Amino acid sequence: MIRPHGGRLIDRTASDREREALLGSADEMTSLDVHSGKASEIQNIATGVYSPLEGFFSGGDLESVLDRMRLEDDTPWTIPIVLDVPKSVKAGEDIVLRHDGKPMAVMNVEDVHTSDLGRYSRAVFGTDDPQHPGVAKVKEMTGRFAGGRITLLNEYDVPFPEFYLRPSETRVLFREKGWETVVAFQTRNPPHVGHEYVQKAALTFTDGLLINPVIGKKKSGDFQDGIILKTYQKLVEHYYPKDRVVLSTLLIDMWYGGPKEAILHAIMRKNLGCTHIIIGRDHAGVGKYYGPFDAHEIFKQFPDLEIEPFTFRSFAYCPRCGSPVNDKICPHDKDLINYSGTMVRALVNEGKLPSREMMRPEVAEVIAAEKDVFVE
Amino acid sequence: MTEEEKKYTTISIPTPLANKVKERIKGTGFSSVSAYTTYVLRQIISTDEPKEEAFSKEDEERIKERLRSLGYLD
Ligand SMILES: [Zn+2]
Repeated sequence: MIRPHGGRLIDRTASDREREALLGSADEMTSLDVHSGKASEIQNIATGVYSPLEGFFSGGDLESVLDRMRLEDDTPWTIPIVLDVPKSVKAGEDIVLRHDGKPMAVMNVEDVHTSDLGRYSRAVFGTDDPQHPGVAKVKEMTGRFAGGRITLLNEYDVPFPEFYLRPSETRVLFREKGWETVVAFQTRNPPHVGHEYVQKAALTFTDGLLINPVIGKKKSGDFQDGIILKTYQKLVEHYYPKDRVVLSTLLIDMWYGGPKEAILHAIMRKNLGCTHIIIGRDHAGVGKYYGPFDAHEIFKQFPDLEIEPFTFRSFAYCPRCGSPVNDKICPHDKDLINYSGTMVRALVNEGKLPSREMMRPEVAEVIAAEKDVFVE
Repeated sequence: MTEEEKKYTTISIPTPLANKVKERIKGTGFSSVSAYTTYVLRQIISTDEPKEEAFSKEDEERIKERLRSLGYLD
C-alpha cells in the first residue's frame, strides 16, 4: 500500500471526550462562519485527504508553496489550503468554525499572516485575470490568513453519504481486496464510452480502479451529482468486473488551477491509497489559461510524489478502427468522432439516445429518464 | 544569515562526479548541478522512508463494519 503523503495519515477528528469539552467552551470562542467550499476543506483536513496537513496553512507554508510548490518541510504541495479571516481573529486564540450555524471544528490559531492577493493568484494560477474562476475566488479573500491545527467536532453533511469514503476506509477496502496498485479517475460527468475506454486501459495495468466523482459546489449547467452516481452505478453493474472497481465520492472545491490542481488531485488520491491517477487533456483547466498538456508536464517536477500519472492526450471514436482510440494508437485522425458533452445535452433536450459507440444504452436511459439533469 | 542562506545549504561531492553531472545535464531541463542533485535526492529519499503504521484494532473493525453496511465489502 502506498504511504500517505508526508508519511502519516492524519486524523483530526475529536475523540468523544475532547468533543464534549470543546463543544462546552465553543460558545466563548470567536466564531467564524465558513461557506461550503471551506467546510469541505475542513472535512478533508480532518479525515486525512490533505495529509500531512493538520490544519490551515501557516505563513511559512503559504510562502513556501507560492515560491516553490513545496511545504516548508519540502513535501510537494501546489495549491494553498488557507483560512482567510477578519481582523478580529488573533494569533494564540482558539476559534470555532461554523457551517450552516453548526460548530464544525475548533482551530488553534498559531499564526496570522498577510499575503498580497495579486501575487498569490499569479503564483498559483499563473494569472491575476479576474475572469479566471480561481482568481475570482482569491479576490474575495481578506488577504489575512490564520494558520493552525484544527479539531473536527461535527463532520460536513456530505451529499450521498452512502458513496462517501474517507481515506482510512478506502485504504482498508483496497487492502481487503488485495489491491496493491489502484488507479483513480476523477470525474464531473456521466460516463460515455471514451471515459470507459480510458478507465479500462488504465485498469489493464493495475489491480483496481477507483471511480471518484467530485462532489462540491457546482456551476450552473454542470451535471447533478445524483445523475453522475446513478449513471456510473449502471455502467459498473453492466460493464465492469465487480471485484476490480470501487465507486466513491470525494469533496473537491474546484480552483480550475490546471497543472497545479492536477498535483493536488493526485495528492488527495494518494492519501486515499491510489498509486496512479488518470490525467487527461487540460485537467482541471479552464478557458485558455493552460496548455492542453501542462497538467502532464508538471509531474516531472516531483520525483518524490510517489503517485504516478497515467496521461492521456486525447480519445475519440474511430469508425475505421471500429473502437475508441487515442492519438497514439490510430492513424485515422480525419475520421475521428469526438465524444462530447453536446451529445449528452442533445439527449436531454431532444430525447435522442446516442449511438452505442458513444454511450452505453443503460447509461443513456438513466439520463433520458431524469427530469433534472443539470444544475440550474 | 540571509533568507537565501536559511533556505539552502552547501554539500560537498567529489569534483569529478560534479563534472560528470555537469556533462549529463547539458540539454536537459536542469539548470545546475544543485538542481539535478536535489531532484535525485528527493527521488531516492521518497522511496526510502518507512511504511506507515496500521490502524488500531477498534478503528479497523469500525471501518470494516461501515464498508460492509454500504456494500463495499462482503
Ligand atoms: Zn482508427
